[in-house]
Amino acid sequence: MGLDELLALLKTDTAIEIIAAVIKILVVLVVCLQVPPVMVWVERRAPAMMQRRKGPNRVGIFQWRLYGLIQSLADTVKLVFKQEVVPRGANKVAYHMAPIFGVFTALLIACAIPFGNDLMIFGQKIGLSVVRLDVGFLFILAISSLAVYTVTLAGWSSNSKYALLGSLRASAQMISYEIPLGMSLVPIVVIFGTLDLNQIVVSQGAFPWAWGVVRAPVSFLLFLICMFAETNRAPFDLAEGESELVAGFHTEYNSAKFAAFFLGEYVSMFVLSCLASTIFFGGWQAPFIPYETIVKLVGGYAWIAALIGFTVLILKASFFMWVYVWVRWTLPRFRYDQLMGLGWKFMLPVGLVNLLVTALVMAALEFH
Amino acid sequence: MNPYLPVLIVLVLGVGLGCILSALAHFIGPRPLNKVNTDPFECGVPATGERDKMSVKFYLTGILFILFDIETVFLYLWASAFKQLGWFGISEIIVFLVILFAGYIYVVKRGALEWD
Repeated sequence: MGLDELLALLKTDTAIEIIAAVIKILVVLVVCLQVPPVMVWVERRAPAMMQRRKGPNRVGIFQWRLYGLIQSLADTVKLVFKQEVVPRGANKVAYHMAPIFGVFTALLIACAIPFGNDLMIFGQKIGLSVVRLDVGFLFILAISSLAVYTVTLAGWSSNSKYALLGSLRASAQMISYEIPLGMSLVPIVVIFGTLDLNQIVVSQGAFPWAWGVVRAPVSFLLFLICMFAETNRAPFDLAEGESELVAGFHTEYNSAKFAAFFLGEYVSMFVLSCLASTIFFGGWQAPFIPYETIVKLVGGYAWIAALIGFTVLILKASFFMWVYVWVRWTLPRFRYDQLMGLGWKFMLPVGLVNLLVTALVMAALEFH
Repeated sequence: MNPYLPVLIVLVLGVGLGCILSALAHFIGPRPLNKVNTDPFECGVPATGERDKMSVKFYLTGILFILFDIETVFLYLWASAFKQLGWFGISEIIVFLVILFAGYIYVVKRGALEWD
C-alpha cells in the first residue's frame, strides 16, 4: 500500500472518527490521572500555608526541590512497595473490587464533559468530549450513582467494625445527597431547554451575566453543597471521620489499593469541578471573549481556539479544586444527624421550591 | 461508530488501571504475613470482626432514596420537554410536586428522618 493510499484511507470519515476518539480518550485520561498527584501536593502545602508551617518541601530532583512537588511521586512509590494485607474473614471478591470501582466511575463521568466547542476536521464534525450525548445529564447522573458501590463494597467486605460503620454512614450520605444533586440540575434543563452539556455551554455564552450561576444561583449553591457531600469531603467527611472511625471505609486497605482510593477520590473531585464549571460557569467559554472572536483572533484556526477553551475549563475547574481544599481547612465536620437533616429537611424542599419558581419564571418569560 | 464505544474503551482502561494498581501491591510488596497482620483493626482489643448488625435507619434511608430519586428522573423528562408542554406541563408538574410533597411531609412527620 502506497503512502497516497494510506493518506486517503486516513481521510475517510471512519478513520477520522477513530483517530479523534483515541486522541480524546488520551487527553481525558492524561488530564484526569495528572490531577491526584498535584492535588495531594496542594492539599498538603495549602494547609501548611494557612497554618504557618512549611509542609512537605524536601523531596525534589537532585538539588532542585521544586517546593516538594515530587512528594506525591515518592508517596506513590512507597505505597506500591508496602506489604499488601488482606484482613482475615474479608470477602475477597468485594474487597478487591472496591478500589477498582472507585477509579473507573470517576473516569467515566469525565467522558461526558465537553472540553471545547465542536470542531470541523476534514469536513466532519467532531464533538470535543469522549462521548457526545444529547442526554449528557442523565449519563452523568447515572454513572455518578455507581460511585456509592466503592464505599459500600469496601466497608462491608473488610470485616471490620470501623470500616462497616464508615461505609454505612458514607453510603447513606451519598444516596441522600444524590436527590438534591439531581433536583438542583433540573432547573438548568428547564432554563437551557436541553440535556446536552455542550449545548448548555454554547447557550451560556461568554458573558458572566448569562452564565448558569447568575440564572440559577440557588441551583448552584445546592450543587456546590452536594459536590462536597458526594465526594465525602470536609465538612461532610464523616465516612472517614478519623477521630472516631480510624479511617472509615478504607480502614483495612493499604499499599497500592489505598492509593487507588485516593486516585478515585481526587479524580471524582476534579470531574465534579469540571461539571460545576461547565453547567454554572460557562465551561470552555473564556469570560468576556466570545468563541467566534477567539477564532478570529487566532487567525481562523479552530483547534487553537479549542485549546484555549480547554485551558479555560481547566482553570475554572482548578478554582473549584482550590475551594475544596479551602473549605476543608475552614469548616469543622458536621454531626451525622445534622448532615442527614441538612440533606433531607433543608436541601430537598429548597430544591423543589427552586424548581417550581424557576419553572414559573421561565413560563412567564417564554409563553405569552 | 456507536457513540458509546469510547465509553466502553475508557471503562476497560479504568478497570485495567485499578487492576494494575492492585496487582502491583500484590506482587511487589513484601510477602510474609503472620496472624496479627491480618487482624481487622480494633485498637488492640482482640478482634471479633463484625458485619452482621446495622441500624434499620440505613435501610429506611435506602428505600426513601429510591422513591425520591425516581421522582427526580420524572422531573427530568418534564424539564427536557418544558417548552413543548407549556402551561399544561407546568400545571401537571405542580400536581405531581404537591403529591410528592404530601408524601414527604408524611415521612417527616412519622420521624423517618430523625437520627438519634
